[in-house]
Amino acid sequence: MPTAETTKLIHAFAALADLGEEIAATRDFGQMVRSTLHVVLGALGIRRGAVAECDAAAGELVFVAAWGLGEDAPASLSFDPLLLEESLRSSTDAAQFFERHLTLSFRAEFERLRVDLVVPLIVHGELVGAILLGGKATEEAFTAEEREVVSTMARHIGVGIYNHRLLREVERRARENRKLYEDLRALYRNTVRAFAIAIDCKDKYTQGHSERVGKYTEIIARELGWGEEEVEDIAIGGYLHDVGKLVVERDIINSPHRIDAKQSSELNRHPAAGFEILSPLHQIDDVIPTVARYHHERIDGRGYPEGLTGEQIPLCAKIVAAADSFDAMTTDRTYKRRKEFPEVVEDFRRTTGKQFAPEVVVALFSAILKELDGVTRERRFARLLGRDYLQPARCRPLIVELLDELTRVERAAAETA
Amino acid sequence: MTDQAGDEPVRSERTGDVAVIHAGAYLNKLSGERVERECRRRLAEGCRALVLDFRQTGLVNSIGVSILLGVIDAAERASAAVVFSGVQHQAAQIFELLGLTRHVRIAKDSADAIEQITNATAVGVAPNKMN
Repeated sequence: MPTAETTKLIHAFAALADLGEEIAATRDFGQMVRSTLHVVLGALGIRRGAVAECDAAAGELVFVAAWGLGEDAPASLSFDPLLLEESLRSSTDAAQFFERHLTLSFRAEFERLRVDLVVPLIVHGELVGAILLGGKATEEAFTAEEREVVSTMARHIGVGIYNHRLLREVERRARENRKLYEDLRALYRNTVRAFAIAIDCKDKYTQGHSERVGKYTEIIARELGWGEEEVEDIAIGGYLHDVGKLVVERDIINSPHRIDAKQSSELNRHPAAGFEILSPLHQIDDVIPTVARYHHERIDGRGYPEGLTGEQIPLCAKIVAAADSFDAMTTDRTYKRRKEFPEVVEDFRRTTGKQFAPEVVVALFSAILKELDGVTRERRFARLLGRDYLQPARCRPLIVELLDELTRVERAAAETA
Repeated sequence: MTDQAGDEPVRSERTGDVAVIHAGAYLNKLSGERVERECRRRLAEGCRALVLDFRQTGLVNSIGVSILLGVIDAAERASAAVVFSGVQHQAAQIFELLGLTRHVRIAKDSADAIEQITNATAVGVAPNKMN
């Protein structure tokens, strides 16, 4: 049968194991400190105690956990933070500072709380807190061995608090970095928008065109099931698709008359010019210069600049091509009124499979249908086109018919393939 | 009567002003907190004595000891007595070494504990003076 001393020792060792487990297992700081306080109290049969965390900047010992102190436990004990700073500067270590200043300053408070033993928690020379312990249930004084046990446990608890502090600091910095990243993204998006406005300023007939194309592009890509980041990239592609127009003569862009072949050739240079402007920017996704380069390509190969056909044209460019034409058809220009919605549907019916990719047109009109049916709460088309432009009673059957037709054609094409 | 306390049931029954609370096989943080809640609930109900029955308890860890000290403290504040019953050898040794037995009575089993409390009351000893 083990002796009393052996049993006590085994209990203390088991408590040390419990302490390690509590420090490692608990993510919640308050819970971790409460559990470790229980371990110390239970290891030696101590009836009351507390663990306080040191806030050096505020000059406070903040009580994180208290047990058996009843209503007596204060929220914190204050000290002069400059005193700690000066003490550490004058080569007094944290333990000495605690002994010389805090133990003395708080003596009356410790007596009021009936605290018999105070152990500072010091990690890497930093005062992270203190353990305050009241009397034992045996009502005997602490022995040297028991003080040693408390001291060992205090080192573990100090490390636990220190690590939690580090974790809090890492989390704080991560939050800061996230905010910084979000701010930068917002700045990036706003810069792109500003750039889109600058592009449109060059063309007096197309005010707001680039921004609207960006928005239609975003809607189509989302309808096609693209991920959030991909949607954002292609939307930026939409905003910047006409950036190449910056190098085209303003007179050609704004010509009120039909332009001649030479001028047309000059204007048709803008996709390649856009690609040249955007492709050296390594920080942006490849989709953005690709969109600028190929948004005037057609499925039937009659587009420019390269006359690509069908699958040779990247999907991102097909999306922006549809968004670009949809905006051109649905916006008033100084030289012509916008088309009524039935005409737009008819245009897309005629040109899908020749100019536009069927799956993209299906996505565009499916998104419009969802808005008309109230499936999507955001009224994005209504905002972009004006509330009265899309009359559900008139538009809905046309869209359903178009979608049915395109689906049939797609199915037939798939079967043939 | 079996009462629910916390997520898992803590068996307890009340006989007059005495509540008998049965600790589980291992008294640690989780089970200790449930026992503590049940004790505090019984004290709040007006019980004048708590019998903590350890018949099934093989192990009590440090957190369990600390929680029991908290129960003793709460009982003292409520002027209620605490009796530990059915304590097995290893736990009994720990309670003795750490001084818990200075603040509670020890009984062979819960019936013995209730008898001790009844006798003390019969001879005019207030339950809180029993220990």
